[in-house]
Amino acid sequence: MDGTARKAAHDELLATDIEAYLHAHEHKSLLRFITCGSVDDGKSTLIGRLLYESKLVFEDHLAALEADSKKVGTQGGELDFALLVDGLAAEREQGITIDVAYRFFSTELRKFVVADTPGHEQYTRNMVTGASTADLAVILIDARKGVLTQTRRHSFLVSLLGIRRIVVAINKLDIVGYSQKVFDRIEADYRAFAAQIGLDDITCIPLSALRGDNIVELSPNTPWYTGPTLIHHLETVPLEDLAASKPFRMPVQIVNRPDLDFRGFSGRIVGGTVHPGMAVRVLPSGRTSTVARIVTFDGDLPEAVAGQSVTLTLADEIDISRGDVLAAAGDPPTVADQFEAHIIWMGEHEMLPGRPYLMKIGTRTVGLSVAQPKYRVDVNTLEHLAAKTLHLNEIGVCNINLDRPIAFDPYADNREMGGFIIIDRMTNSTVGAGLLHFALRRADNVHWQAIEVSKDAHSAMKGQRPAVVWFTGLSGAGKSAIANIVERKLHQQGRHTYLLDGDNVRHGLNKDLGFTDADRVENIRRVAEVAKLMVDAGLIVLVSFISPFRAERRLAREMMGEDEFIEVYVDTPLEVAEQRDVKGLYRKARSGQLKNFTGIDSPYEPPEHPEVHLDTTTWSAEQAADQIIEVLREYSRIP
Amino acid sequence: MDPILTHLQRLEAESIHIMREAVAESERPVMLYSIGKDSGCMLHLARKAFYPSKPPFPLLHVDTTWKFKEMYEFRERMVRESGMDLLVYQNPECMQLGINPFEHGSSMHTDMWKTEGLKQALDHYGFDAAFGGARRDEEKSRAKERVFSIRSAQHRWDPKLQRPELWSLYNVRHNPGETMRVFPLSNWTELDVWQYIHLEQIPIVPLYLSAMRPVVERGGTLIMVDDERLPLEPGEVPEMRSIRFRTLGCYPLTGAVESAATTVPEIIQEMLLTTTSERQGRLIDADSSGSMEKKKQEGYF
Repeated sequence: MDGTARKAAHDELLATDIEAYLHAHEHKSLLRFITCGSVDDGKSTLIGRLLYESKLVFEDHLAALEADSKKVGTQGGELDFALLVDGLAAEREQGITIDVAYRFFSTELRKFVVADTPGHEQYTRNMVTGASTADLAVILIDARKGVLTQTRRHSFLVSLLGIRRIVVAINKLDIVGYSQKVFDRIEADYRAFAAQIGLDDITCIPLSALRGDNIVELSPNTPWYTGPTLIHHLETVPLEDLAASKPFRMPVQIVNRPDLDFRGFSGRIVGGTVHPGMAVRVLPSGRTSTVARIVTFDGDLPEAVAGQSVTLTLADEIDISRGDVLAAAGDPPTVADQFEAHIIWMGEHEMLPGRPYLMKIGTRTVGLSVAQPKYRVDVNTLEHLAAKTLHLNEIGVCNINLDRPIAFDPYADNREMGGFIIIDRMTNSTVGAGLLHFALRRADNVHWQAIEVSKDAHSAMKGQRPAVVWFTGLSGAGKSAIANIVERKLHQQGRHTYLLDGDNVRHGLNKDLGFTDADRVENIRRVAEVAKLMVDAGLIVLVSFISPFRAERRLAREMMGEDEFIEVYVDTPLEVAEQRDVKGLYRKARSGQLKNFTGIDSPYEPPEHPEVHLDTTTWSAEQAADQIIEVLREYSRIP
Repeated sequence: MDPILTHLQRLEAESIHIMREAVAESERPVMLYSIGKDSGCMLHLARKAFYPSKPPFPLLHVDTTWKFKEMYEFRERMVRESGMDLLVYQNPECMQLGINPFEHGSSMHTDMWKTEGLKQALDHYGFDAAFGGARRDEEKSRAKERVFSIRSAQHRWDPKLQRPELWSLYNVRHNPGETMRVFPLSNWTELDVWQYIHLEQIPIVPLYLSAMRPVVERGGTLIMVDDERLPLEPGEVPEMRSIRFRTLGCYPLTGAVESAATTVPEIIQEMLLTTTSERQGRLIDADSSGSMEKKKQEGYF
């Protein structure tokens, strides 16, 4: 059926049988696509034409369009469809579109949401935003110009964002005399390039958006073209729902508790299907249960699929909160806290490696820091370039670190489980977006085992509450001496303790580490991890380490629970410590035999708010130890 | 179940997702309830989003005292049915000055009662997130509006404050004093809203359906004589005509259309066969083609 006949049939059905018409409309599917190209390629004209052809331009709009076309139109007073879609008044005068605009039209078979983004180089941000929700991309090429740098840039960006279906709209064919030769050459050029970036689902269509050729009906001007028209292709391209065939995933948005008898977990399913009786695993805790009900306002469902917003209840009472992911028990996502990721920087200020940002992924927000980029991608040449940072609209590959583990799937497997945004902590603005590729740790496939004997059970048996007493101070300040006395006294009282001493740990666990700043950071990180395991076992752990940097001590503090971390600043002036020089180390450092010695040629950052501040020039070690035991009592660690 | 959702199922799920995100990450959310069909659709979606709980926020009607009588009646009915709390805010300054569309003009009337009233209400109650029923298809300048639109402490819409929205990740964080307007119906079209109302049998104000009503014709626009406050011009006599309204606002500012449509399907049929856009019935837009845009920057919804 050609376009005119179709439209007539549409109007006929509408006028004579509204119920049948509504039934048809109700069952339409939805296709979201992005258009890439610049104003010069006729992109706005194309979108205006699609709206016009689908009868979505009303008379009053059309009157405004006619007036505008005469005033600022570029078509010599003829209808300028581009004016239908260029938004804000200021931009209209500049003649360029900035930002992402969303347009809507529908045909008898489908409803369409078009993300309209400008093609200028500086607007990578907008294109990435528009592409993130698109199922398909329409890439415009001006038939007079062929495949340009911007064509390559647009194709790279849509492929990066995971769009596999490409329509190449070879536009303005009227200007080149509807030449098949021109069309064939551009198609061959494009396919050769696209293969390099892994795009192969490509449909090329010869168009004139201005004249309407091959938009709705096959044009008599291109008798050599036998493929689909643009509309026909958009409304018939298969939409087999890939998300539904993936393993079940649902990030929890809200814990729904109307009363004490109901506890449901509300969220939108982002992968697979779910049904009552199905085994699910909660990430990152690793606990499992089975789905009891799928609750909706319209009654319980026997099954729910990717895309639906539902509320699940589980057979067991387990601890689940916003940000957790419910997943198929047999095929759960990975849990990790270090990744390699693509990052697209969107902030006005450059990215600062090491700076703490926030990451939102799914329904979880965690602390994030980004390492210096491994490389930056030149979006025009696709070359990998060295980079120390990323500026607005730059794309790079970086390692990232989170302050808590998250459940994720690689972006290529599931966009909603692997795409994230970066938020500036100070301004709260969205300054970047990223795609997770893989976890860096070898332990990335080790799921957190839900442990049945908990920390509380361990410590209850020992008649104490676990804690870390963290001694920090210069070498020779007296940390180990005091820690030893504290441990002896606790032991005498029947407490369960362990002393982690810097020197001893460096003989074993950390013997591969030196004294550079990087190694010192790693040294403390490992010790903090060990201390955390011991706290889980219910022990009172005494940690005696110089630990010169605030950031790492803060890291250790954040790993422990409330009231579990007691920082003890063993405050001995450098002169006094150097004078004591119990191990003869200051002498060596002063003579240059020992490098990176804290207090001499490596800095010590004293604590700002320690729980205990010991001035060793006025207190004896014995008194200091008693003071610490008193604090343990105050913090309810021991009776 | 068919693994491919229909467009309406996808829109519904997206709106529910948006509402839950806003509630989970804001401190004091509220739903702006204008009594119109979009508000009705939004209220229905909210009841779905939090079921079996009640939506955890109140409804706020920024009133002008000039709505149709039937709208006020309908508002009370919906509050009863949903069991939600309703807050009605009327700008006290307007009350005192007796701002009305006849003496002060449509532009000042709308600005003072609605734009200023909304700002005052948000400040008064300390709401930091407000759901609104605006859609991107309504007007050209709305096509670029975010789902979560951030406003400065002075309620201004500043293009620089707006954030890119990728995937279904919404950044709801804001600084003290800043507020969010949240538009769960962003991606719905007028047809979708009507279709959904039909499918879900969502109650609507009877004024949307045709009936014999008293009207006067002014400058080609049919104005309903809803109460005695409408000053009749010399020689003007209200006549009964079969009319309905495509949008509902203040009665002196809302143009009616002659129609025989008495059911929702008939409304949809008329809408698709007609050739003027929805907002055309709103006199406020008639000034200039950039006027909606200006209103948005000043804080109008």
